[in-house]
Amino acid sequence: MRRTSPALAAYSWLVYGFLYLPILVLIVFSFNNSRFGATWQGFTLKWYGVLFGRSDVREALLGTLLVAIPSTLVSTVLGTLLGFGLWRYSFRWRTPLTFLMVIPIVIPDVVMGVGLLMLYALVRTVVPFSNGLLTVLLAHVTFQVSYVALTVRARLAGYDRSLEEAARDLGASDLQAFLRVTLPLALPGVLTGALLAFTLSLDDFVVTYFTSGSGFRTLPVLIYTNVKRGITPDINALSALLVGVTALVLVLASVISGRSSAFRRSARRGREDS
Amino acid sequence: MLSADAAVSVLDVDKSFGSVQVLDDVDLDIRKGEFFSLLGPSGCGKTTLLRILAGFEQPDAGQIIIGGRDMTGVPPHLRPVNTVFQSYALFPHLNVYDNVAFGLRMKRVPAAQQRERVGRALETVRIGDLARRRPDQLSGGQRQRVALARAIVGEPQVLLLDEPLSALDLKLRKELQVELSNLQETLGITFVFVTHDQEEALVMSDRIAVMNRGRVEQLGKAEDLYERPRTAFVANFLGSSNLIEGTVKAVTPEGATVQTVHGPLMTHQGAHLKIGQSVTLSIRPEKLRMERDDETEGNEVRARVDDIVYTGAENQYLLKANGERLIVFQLNADLGADEDFDYEEDVALYLPPGNLMVLEEG
Repeated sequence: MRRTSPALAAYSWLVYGFLYLPILVLIVFSFNNSRFGATWQGFTLKWYGVLFGRSDVREALLGTLLVAIPSTLVSTVLGTLLGFGLWRYSFRWRTPLTFLMVIPIVIPDVVMGVGLLMLYALVRTVVPFSNGLLTVLLAHVTFQVSYVALTVRARLAGYDRSLEEAARDLGASDLQAFLRVTLPLALPGVLTGALLAFTLSLDDFVVTYFTSGSGFRTLPVLIYTNVKRGITPDINALSALLVGVTALVLVLASVISGRSSAFRRSARRGREDS
Repeated sequence: MLSADAAVSVLDVDKSFGSVQVLDDVDLDIRKGEFFSLLGPSGCGKTTLLRILAGFEQPDAGQIIIGGRDMTGVPPHLRPVNTVFQSYALFPHLNVYDNVAFGLRMKRVPAAQQRERVGRALETVRIGDLARRRPDQLSGGQRQRVALARAIVGEPQVLLLDEPLSALDLKLRKELQVELSNLQETLGITFVFVTHDQEEALVMSDRIAVMNRGRVEQLGKAEDLYERPRTAFVANFLGSSNLIEGTVKAVTPEGATVQTVHGPLMTHQGAHLKIGQSVTLSIRPEKLRMERDDETEGNEVRARVDDIVYTGAENQYLLKANGERLIVFQLNADLGADEDFDYEEDVALYLPPGNLMVLEEG
């Protein structure tokens, strides 16, 4: 084993500190027994209690889930089909389409938010509707699809297309070959993508803020509007919970994709032995 | 061609990918129950022809008949054929048993019958003890057997094999060659075997179609192709040959005399030739006789030993004669016999007229 140089270790800790200190402070102060300020007054869980007593928080939590769950389901189906299609078929526009798929990921959220706002306004001149749950949900799907499609495509990239041909050769129709062979192989990618999409929806503020209108709020939007009036410990607690849930889901996603890539590595090793 | 006992008829099939023509008017019959090989270098179209038989590609023109049925527009899953893929293409998420049972499940074979047939197929390829393993826990040879079991369990009319042995090491390949031949005889299924390995094709096949640049150069039994190659390509792709160019000097009902750099050479072929026509003669390296003294009975060439390659069973002599290269193979029959020639030694080569083949232009 090579020993890490102390300078490199120190530098690494510094970087991690820089990244995680704000979150750590937030979590620590959610347990601070004081209504105001940055002085430690002892440990308490009461702010978590206060939090769940607030009806606006409960309502925003419900809103968050009403957006996150359906949008994840819809984007997982669409993204899986998109990722499969880009892997399975060679056609003229494959490369530009693959590139277009990445754009929603790299584009600034503000641009996305303003764009959606304008699009909705335009559509509203034809079909009257007001911004709310549905507009937020659709907005989330637009960026979630890209993440799912990317993870599915990456997962399938390691597989030979002859697997599908083998299935068809053995009597499976196109649909059966997809359901019995391709989909099971893509499943870890599908799950990873879905979990990623779920956390993205859970955490999204900018796009939601632009598309939610006045009556509908999710937790990140609630946190923002509250913080404008000053930081309170119960909002710290709420933020800490969001961080916790997101981290948990991401760990789950990396376990799934880690296990599947370990499986693939061993499959590749087996091939090289032969 | 279309005959009644054909398992597969390929009728005037053309196929292009973009501007590249991969199959050019291919026309052949594969008989019921025979071991048929498509042999040729990479890019000759053999794999494309196999994929057309399997239904993964459609011919641009022509027709495929399998078991008397026109396969035009019939998708792969409805054809009475199964394929052993070059990469095996075992389903990595299924164990050996489920891989083999896949086809039966697709065809809704009752469960009890499934178990029995899968068990029998695994026994046939002698991997009954591996049923619960996953493909990534198998060696190359074992995977090959699973791929084979998976393809034969459905009892197809025709089994298509796409270079199934090319990924294996030499020893295992030899073993499986014998096993495949035996399997084919036991099952009685028509095998269509794609390979670029001429020895493999010679050892295993009842008949071979030698392909080159999208065309069938010659089709026949292994001996026919080896002993009587019709084109320079076949003469050189199957084993090695000495090619000698010349002009026809005389034609008789028994054969022809061809004027070459080595002087006039008689051949028992070529009664159809015309005087003055330029032709290429071909003779296998083991079919020349090499002697110390020249007997002057005709068809003799004076040569000098340029190089000797010892390969164990035989010596390969590279000779120079009238500025041309010739090769001769001689068996290492008796130890200590005075049959070995030395470097730089002058020798006489006798080219028996019956061993000289006249090649077609091509």
